[in-house]
Amino acid sequence: MAATLDVIGPRPTGPWARRLALLVIVAGAAAVLLPLAWMISSSLKPESQVFRTPIEWVPSTVRPENYSEAVSLIPFWRYALNSLIVAVPVVIGTVLSSTAVAYAFARMRAPGLSWMFLLVIAAIMLPAEVTLVPSFLLFKELGWVGTYFPLILPAWLGGGAFNIFLLRQYFLTIPREQEELARVEGHGFLSILLRVVIPQSWPAISVVAALTFVDVWNDFLGPLLYLTDQSKYTLPLGLNFYKDIYNTQWAHLMAASLLALLPCVVVFFLAQRAFTQGIVLTGRR
Amino acid sequence: MAQTRRRTASRREAIAAYGFISPWMLGFVGLTLGPMLASLALSFTDDNLVASGTSFVGLDNYEKALFDDPLVMHSLRVTAYYASAAVVLDLVVGLALALLLNAGFRGIGAIRTIYYLPAAVSGVAVSLLWLWIFQPNGGLANGLLALVGLPGPAWVYSTTWVIPAFVLMSLWGVGRSAFIYLAILQRIPTNLYEAAAVDGAGSMRRFFRITVPLVTPAIFLNLVLGLIGNFQTFTQAFVISEGGPANASLFYTLLVYRNAFRYFRIGYASALAWILFALLFILTMLLFLSARRWVFYEAGRPGGTA
Repeated sequence: MAATLDVIGPRPTGPWARRLALLVIVAGAAAVLLPLAWMISSSLKPESQVFRTPIEWVPSTVRPENYSEAVSLIPFWRYALNSLIVAVPVVIGTVLSSTAVAYAFARMRAPGLSWMFLLVIAAIMLPAEVTLVPSFLLFKELGWVGTYFPLILPAWLGGGAFNIFLLRQYFLTIPREQEELARVEGHGFLSILLRVVIPQSWPAISVVAALTFVDVWNDFLGPLLYLTDQSKYTLPLGLNFYKDIYNTQWAHLMAASLLALLPCVVVFFLAQRAFTQGIVLTGRR
Repeated sequence: MAQTRRRTASRREAIAAYGFISPWMLGFVGLTLGPMLASLALSFTDDNLVASGTSFVGLDNYEKALFDDPLVMHSLRVTAYYASAAVVLDLVVGLALALLLNAGFRGIGAIRTIYYLPAAVSGVAVSLLWLWIFQPNGGLANGLLALVGLPGPAWVYSTTWVIPAFVLMSLWGVGRSAFIYLAILQRIPTNLYEAAAVDGAGSMRRFFRITVPLVTPAIFLNLVLGLIGNFQTFTQAFVISEGGPANASLFYTLLVYRNAFRYFRIGYASALAWILFALLFILTMLLFLSARRWVFYEAGRPGGTA
């Protein structure tokens, strides 16, 4: 009887079934790592050896110069700096505006507020194509094409439906007592948000910050539409431009791409928990 | 007296609430609703970014898109093919992976993290990596096939294989949905399974009668968001295949982009965008309607974790 009760859900239970399951898990993880291992390996080979078959996982000649050459073939550091110039204000704007908006939706009462929250959710369903062209015309009319404003401004205006939703859900889980106490003591909503709510919400706020950073760092379509001057290119545009010029220099291309990915990988490892929680909470893509 | 005080308090609260959400309101009106309506209006004109003068042309753009421009239907077919394959594979593999990860192995935290890594890296750098992987000569994909003695296809240079190549690339990020399913599996109370086991339900029966129903809200969420997300595929297609070969990977967003920003046909591109919007809206509504039949909601909590 005890043996039957051991069965918790659809789990492999026999020793062989468990071994097989573990094998599949490990093999799958290896398959996920394979492209990245290949990327690292390619980035360290001389160009003449990248095409060798069968695959050489450990390069017979290691050529770290690929990296120094890759960052000078294109103005890599300039592009990285430009990416930061966009990413920092976008992350700050997203965190500030989505926190304020989400707090109102979680705690405050006002006519029309609940259907506005429905609009926030409905906007998730709107394909980006629909607003792409008119937004471009709007920013063109404002004379902002060729500047970073079209990439930064939207982040300060609400911070995105997924983030608002995520923070609102988080705020709803915080017990109200402290906030009510602060209200009795005469604190206003802004003061309560800053003193009581935000200090308890760093887990959720770091989710928003980490996911936003990765999104903006990797964004391609926005910069493609709005950045016209090569000296203002962000890394994704710079890499694509690099591909068009040197599209057969795979070792150098992989070296540059790896360097471009590095900040996201660092953020990922720093905020691993935040990442998984954010995805689980909202199902965001 | 107390009543007036309460009324002023609630009025003050409402004013504060509007203040807090004002950034969103501005963004919604200026960057979502406004552009949406502008796009609808533009779709009835022949507006062009380079030519001057715009006139009303009624439904001409829609007529042209649906009946005279073979690329539109072709692009919808390509995108639907990719989106459905990617969504279904993501669902099946994601759920299977979640079940395996839920098997209660100790000390596999690091391995779980690996599955999640692709979700953190995306965009041009990753597209370049996959372009290199799919190089017919020297690429990783065909290198691995050669190890088992199979001839490799031309992948992104083949009209047949370019979409499967993109699907394979999307499958690399399957850890994302596996994590969503895993979070739900871990919350299923074990006494449900124990009770079923006592009642003599076999493991298959327990899977289909307990696990599957409880996971359906997450499956539904992934279907809806996956459909909408995959219909907006752009960066991969732009960087890797540029819509080719012979338009075999002409994803819909690429079609809209080309019409608007390469041929400067603003009016026509707006009509294309609205056709997609209408189509996705109908599909989403159908999914929501079908949800009543197959999505299991815990009593009194519609939406479950979604």
